[in-house]
Amino acid sequence: MIQETHPLEKFTRKGMIPHIWCAGCGDGVILSEFLRALDELKMNLDKVVVVSGIGCIGRISGYVNLDGFHTTHGRAIAFAVGLKATRPDLKVVVISGDGDLFAIGGNHFIHAARRNIDMTVICSNNFNYGMTGGQSGPTTILQDRTTTTPYGNIEHPFNLVHLAAASGAVYVARWTTMHVRRIRESIKKALTKKGFTFIEIISPCPEQYGRRNRMPGPMDQFNWLREKSVVQHFTDPLKAEVGLDKIVVGEFVDIDKPEYTDLLRRQMMSIQERLDQEGKLTNAPI
Amino acid sequence: MLRRDVLGGEYFTQGDIACAEGAIAAGCRFFAGYPITPATEVAEHMARRLPEVGGVYLQMEDEIGSVAAIIGASYGGVKSMTATSGPGFSLMQENIGLAVMTEAPIVIVDVMRGGPSTGQPTKGGQQDVMQAKWGSHGDYEIVALAPSSVQETFDLTVRAFNLAERYRIPVFVMIDELIGHMRERLIIPSPNELEIVDRKKPSTPPDQYSPFQPDEDLVPPMAVFGEGFRFYATGLTHDETGHPQTDSAEEQAKLVRRLCDKIRRNKKAIIQVKRRFLDDANVCLIAYGSVARSAIAAVTRARQRGIKAGFLGLTTVWPFPEREIEAIADRVDRIVVAEMNYGQIVREVERRFDYRRITFAPKLGEDPHTPEELLTHLAREEK
Repeated sequence: MIQETHPLEKFTRKGMIPHIWCAGCGDGVILSEFLRALDELKMNLDKVVVVSGIGCIGRISGYVNLDGFHTTHGRAIAFAVGLKATRPDLKVVVISGDGDLFAIGGNHFIHAARRNIDMTVICSNNFNYGMTGGQSGPTTILQDRTTTTPYGNIEHPFNLVHLAAASGAVYVARWTTMHVRRIRESIKKALTKKGFTFIEIISPCPEQYGRRNRMPGPMDQFNWLREKSVVQHFTDPLKAEVGLDKIVVGEFVDIDKPEYTDLLRRQMMSIQERLDQEGKLTNAPI
Repeated sequence: MLRRDVLGGEYFTQGDIACAEGAIAAGCRFFAGYPITPATEVAEHMARRLPEVGGVYLQMEDEIGSVAAIIGASYGGVKSMTATSGPGFSLMQENIGLAVMTEAPIVIVDVMRGGPSTGQPTKGGQQDVMQAKWGSHGDYEIVALAPSSVQETFDLTVRAFNLAERYRIPVFVMIDELIGHMRERLIIPSPNELEIVDRKKPSTPPDQYSPFQPDEDLVPPMAVFGEGFRFYATGLTHDETGHPQTDSAEEQAKLVRRLCDKIRRNKKAIIQVKRRFLDDANVCLIAYGSVARSAIAAVTRARQRGIKAGFLGLTTVWPFPEREIEAIADRVDRIVVAEMNYGQIVREVERRFDYRRITFAPKLGEDPHTPEELLTHLAREEK
């Protein structure tokens, strides 16, 4: 029997599919595993908000049938911080790309992680700016060619796992889009863990990146991700490399520490209680 | 009953604090900002006060993030504000466009100092009034209010929230440094004396809700995230359902027109000016912010000397009070425009009145014009 509707269709927004992503792109895997994770967790979908920035994966906030906001380039986390700080009842998820989150939006990422504000950030890392035609970005591998590194990239890329861990994230994982089930399990873990959680998902971009770098067809990039990734849980994030010969994947950080919105509410309560006890309206000099 | 959010009573305080109290009285429960002179006191006061009323103060990593964060809180249904000065205001411009495009009600306070660049952080200025209108890219209209006293800073901050909620727009409170740091009497009214406007909520059930479908007044009702409407907003050109429309010329024109027209058509309700001695004036002095104080003193003294001088104060700077200028244009021989910059609002006046009969009185890097200085401009050519 051929099923007429996709089992995840109820999770997607009417009129927004088909998506804009190229054949061979990994973003579809991220979308479907995110939706499956929500389904399996039986989350109250009225309380889940997806925020994204600019780029191919940035369209995801419109594809999901949830509350969604598509911000300016790089500002998804900053928007999400304001939303979560005032609406701690919401489950806030940021899904965006490597350029959006770590070049133009890098400042917001490290500071949101530092605050340990409860949200899940999922990064589709495809090593380049796909939507604008394949320019180099903060994760482009050394010596690789892009339209703006025509002679080879001479800038050292970020190790996103190390950056997230050093900035204070309480959960950090990296997978590739070949690790379909692992992605789902990781998303489920991140969504249920309190604090700033981060998942990097290395995603093929055959159209803009692969074909310029050793991998002429989509299958070549799939095979690279499959053959070279090694699961090494809780490896020192500093050593969790992404290279041509080895991609270290797994969970690297899973710790507990006080979360921002909890601390905020606790402090607010004690301030108000003290004012009540002292019979004062305010502490502020006016 | 005493309420923590509206501290009714009489105070002797500064403009920045009056601004913060006005925001809280208007229902603001989220402030995101970044320290900058001369707006820091707004943030400091919000940091103390917001937790007392169940609100959140959040210091962001920069001004770009500050605006993004208040748009986020606004979509969460919380009245939100940030405060900055010229350099921070420049950083905010891209996301001001996002607030325009996604129709997020927010309030941005700009306590103006001298520029360009770092300029003179502790000195007053009115050098951001054109940036307020034209700083972000694309076609849009904006509302900007300019208080002339500590009391008016409180009143106009309340009004800024009301206008933001009424029209789903970012509203600017353009305070110059002198007003921000000046101390004078502030009367905070009791809660029942305050008019508070809240955004329109959708009356349709979630499955029929079209987030950018406007009512007759061109303003769409606004749902809140987390209440089951499951709606989507984007900075891309979008149709009434919120879906991106990146190729349709028709949708681009329709959306841009509506975003502008919802302000243009309501100028009458939005614009406020102050008028003194205008009925028989043959010379009119136009000013706003702190300069308006000297201007009122100057026309009063001019009258004592027999000069038929009048005063037009721009409480609303944007949308520009064109009709109010036109109303005096046929009656006066000359217009004097005084502002603390090297020629900004005077350009708007020139669009409505013969530029050869306009005297421009700039002021850079000092306190505002003294009444005596302005008086010389009023007296000139007077026969």
